[in-house]
Amino acid sequence: MNKQIGYALALAVALAAPFVGYPVFLMKLLCFALFACAFNLLIGYTGLLSFGHAAFFGASGYVAGNALKNWGLPVELAILAGVAGAAVVGLVMGALAIRRAGIYFSMITLALAQMVYFGGLRFTEFTGGEDGLQGVPRGKLLGVLDLGNDLTLYFVVLAIAVAAFALIVRTVHSPFGQVLKAIKENEPRAISLGYDVDRYKLVAFVLSAALAGLAGALKTVVLGFETLTDLHWTMSGLVILMTLVGGMGTLAGPLLGAVVIIALENKLGDFGTMLAGGTGIEWFNTLGEAVSMVTGLIFVACVLLFRKGIVGEIVDRFGRRKPA
Amino acid sequence: MEIFGYPLPMVMSQLALGLVNGSFYAMLSLGLAVIFGLLNVINFSHGAMYMMGAFVAWMGMTYLGMSYWAMLLLAPLVVGALGIVIEKTMLRWLYKLDHLYGLLLTFGITLLVEGVFRSFYGVSGQPFETPELLTGATDLGFMMLPNYRLWVVAASLMVCLSTWFVIEKTKLGAYLRAGTENPKLVEAFGVNVPLMVTLTYGFGVALAGFAGVLAAPIIQVSPLMGSNLIIVVFAVVVIGGMGSILGSIVTGLALGVIEGLTRVFYPEFSSTVVFLVMVIVLLLRPAGLFGKEK
Repeated sequence: MNKQIGYALALAVALAAPFVGYPVFLMKLLCFALFACAFNLLIGYTGLLSFGHAAFFGASGYVAGNALKNWGLPVELAILAGVAGAAVVGLVMGALAIRRAGIYFSMITLALAQMVYFGGLRFTEFTGGEDGLQGVPRGKLLGVLDLGNDLTLYFVVLAIAVAAFALIVRTVHSPFGQVLKAIKENEPRAISLGYDVDRYKLVAFVLSAALAGLAGALKTVVLGFETLTDLHWTMSGLVILMTLVGGMGTLAGPLLGAVVIIALENKLGDFGTMLAGGTGIEWFNTLGEAVSMVTGLIFVACVLLFRKGIVGEIVDRFGRRKPA
Repeated sequence: MEIFGYPLPMVMSQLALGLVNGSFYAMLSLGLAVIFGLLNVINFSHGAMYMMGAFVAWMGMTYLGMSYWAMLLLAPLVVGALGIVIEKTMLRWLYKLDHLYGLLLTFGITLLVEGVFRSFYGVSGQPFETPELLTGATDLGFMMLPNYRLWVVAASLMVCLSTWFVIEKTKLGAYLRAGTENPKLVEAFGVNVPLMVTLTYGFGVALAGFAGVLAAPIIQVSPLMGSNLIIVVFAVVVIGGMGSILGSIVTGLALGVIEGLTRVFYPEFSSTVVFLVMVIVLLLRPAGLFGKEK
């Protein structure tokens, strides 16, 4: 019951937000929230720590960007092409990575994603190299709805993000999701019950990759450019951090985590300037450039002090009535 | 003289460069394997420790006027001491949890350390002079080999082999190997296992720091020098498997050589060849070349 109220409240906030805040920033938030939810499907519900989700996010962004700018595809097909691209990358990476379990899985995904990054660096006609892909047009949805308007685009992105989130919720609560949780809790038992564990893992991996791709494609459409930053391993680290801060294995956690981390990244410079003004220590002025230092600190604090994340801690304290 | 249509000196010099890179892979993957064996933690911050080794050496030489040789000894000690602090204050609390948290913690430490150095030194490289004793090159008849590279390969081989000797052939190593197999039982025999764990972590990261000092004159000392390297080393570790000390040394050197040769014959693939080898190994022998199937 509480959950429904929570979702309704979140949706109401999301609907009202563009009239108060800056729509492009809010859309960026939505994209990263979706990205974190997609990642959480893997770590939170299947127990696989992927260190290579930047590959799907970035690859899809580039496919969608090229589709819009160079191949002349309409925006809906461009986004679908991006998702398909991410799913293919996910299928190849997943098939290789699930051959090893645990910590090796993370290392393999990281290495393969780095390979994708080097690929992006080399195939400059596709990615634009160091300059990235600039000036991607937004186009018209289904040929009628002009997405050039920030507000229109915001509601389209919101609708897609809500639909994707609903799909994730449905997946988690489906029989398929239950098997995933069984694999996470006790893999040998899942095997002995007759489940083809590798196949389940692979399907979950591809699904997570495709949804991460959806987030990447939307982000390219929203911002109108795509750069190698999205393919870099720091992006994979960032999405892990969002999920960790919000709460791994909770549905709402990654949403909240994404909002917290992206807001922090954007406002850190201002915050540093404020601190410098208040304390008179010059060094705080450079805080905006030292984002990785602060994210690193949050990482360490989260792992040591509150591993359940914000939502996880709240559920622990107030939501004992019914196990989620 | 030519090999497959490529001039011999070119092939040989890339081969030598490959051996140098391979020495770094070997030292870093060896440290990762030793740490993983006893702590069950994949130390993501290994790259950051390598970077710190180089930076500490650079600082000592620039600010304190120390010699290269003094810093070659001191920098690993400083890095190792920091490692001990990290183990005692942070890593220690995670042993009972899923291995993933160790990886996440050390990842956070990497970002933190890199961020600190970036905020003070930016991303551009600091020049680092080759020690006078090792400048110049030796004429091998068919190629000129810079003396410093020869020294890097020799020094890292020496360090790697002595590590192997200590772990496989001495009593201390026997404790260590026993601790890897069954820490509780070893503790019951009166060995101070927590101390051993702390020192092992310190030693592992000191090895990374040592590699950093060795690398400093070859590549520019910059805050980002470690993070790209560590991902390649992860691939090396996946290829070799972490079960064997000698295995990680051999795999590291071999992949350096393969990378060097790729730079001659197929330069487009030189940055990805290690990852490609990883893919092939995963397809043919998922446990890694020296790993044991569980």
